[in-house]
Amino acid sequence: MDAQPEPVSYICGDCGMENTLKSGDVIQCRECGYRILYKKRTRRIVQYEAR
Amino acid sequence: MSSDTISELDAHLEEAKKRIMNMPEVPMGKLPPHLQRQRTRVFCNSDAPTNTEGIQYSGAYASMGVDNSVRLDQFIKNFKVEVIQIKHHVDGNVYDNFMEFDMIGIDAALANAFRRILISEVPTMAIEKVLIANNTSVVQDEVLSHRLGLIPISVDPRLFEYMSENDTPNEKNTIVFKLHVKCTHGRLTVRSDELMWLPNGSGFTVETDPYSDKKSKPKTYTSFSCSQDSLPEFSDNPISLTHSDIIIAKLGPKQEIELEAHAVKGIGKTHAKWSPVATAWYRMLPEVELLEEIEDQLAEELVEKCPVKVFDIEDIANGKKRATVARPRACTLCRECIRGEDWENRVALRRVKDHFIFTIESTGALPPDVLFTEAVKILEDKCERILSELS
Repeated sequence: MDAQPEPVSYICGDCGMENTLKSGDVIQCRECGYRILYKKRTRRIVQYEAR
Repeated sequence: MSSDTISELDAHLEEAKKRIMNMPEVPMGKLPPHLQRQRTRVFCNSDAPTNTEGIQYSGAYASMGVDNSVRLDQFIKNFKVEVIQIKHHVDGNVYDNFMEFDMIGIDAALANAFRRILISEVPTMAIEKVLIANNTSVVQDEVLSHRLGLIPISVDPRLFEYMSENDTPNEKNTIVFKLHVKCTHGRLTVRSDELMWLPNGSGFTVETDPYSDKKSKPKTYTSFSCSQDSLPEFSDNPISLTHSDIIIAKLGPKQEIELEAHAVKGIGKTHAKWSPVATAWYRMLPEVELLEEIEDQLAEELVEKCPVKVFDIEDIANGKKRATVARPRACTLCRECIRGEDWENRVALRRVKDHFIFTIESTGALPPDVLFTEAVKILEDKCERILSELS
């Protein structure tokens, strides 16, 4: 497994601000203090059939 | 039996003979007018149409010395195509691309075969695979891909090959478009002109095993051996979409769409997005006949009855007016003119069985006249296939 956990960025459910959290951080928006954060969509390519 | 009744019978017979001799002579080799009409016209009566079927049997009129068989030389002599109008221009946002023509002297089965082939068997290019890297809009990925698939692409499909299941996408079977839009503030309407043609193929790299050789070139979703815009067909004629103003999605603040759309060749039978026509249809030529002179009051009533203005009034002597059939082609056979008391005895509505008014609306891949010749070629191929299978 990877040695150092990478910081992951989340989106605040209230103000839409981007937050980078590491493991062990408090789940809270740095901008407005809102406690619901959403994970960003994957950048991995998803393939669909146009039908 | 008394001699009285016998002589009476004789007299009857004599009279019947006379009547037969006095009947108008029908020349051999030609049908009497009422039969000819039944053969070539559909009668549109107020209740239901009659004589709708074509008379196929070759010996149907053998007793009158008329040959009803289909003969190639006769067909070649009688078959006619008359182009009524072709429109192919862009006027502001109104895109006109259609043609109307008459096909005369052909069986309904063949006319219908052309119509069906146009709709479902003439190939075009359409977006089939959508690779979505990012989509934070409110339009779901599936819905977005479906919308993209329906956008008509203005490119000649004859320059491309079909891509079968095991084929790798290359410059001969795939067209790649890129869409990357981001809304910074307010609302953003994403239209089809945001789709950019990528003549070099896909720009997305396939995620590979991280432990494999990292020095090799990253693999993309397509393997083009050369750029499409270096090909002579496209060098001075870049691939574009028919319409630049089709709304694909609407974005709110900070929403983003990043995707690649891969178009391939296909036919309308597989999915309607590959159909090259908005629609193609035909109607039989309407025939309107006035069975008696319709004058004055009645003439005005008749002109008033018709919603598509088939009839006109002409002035005749003594300040009288007479109805005439001015524009029979406009008739929709709504039968409004034969509705009501006695009108069916004054006006006859018919359709000519072997005269088809064909209309083709193209979606823009090929002009409508080229589409029709393509349809003819496809029917030809089918016939050849049957012949080779039979021999």
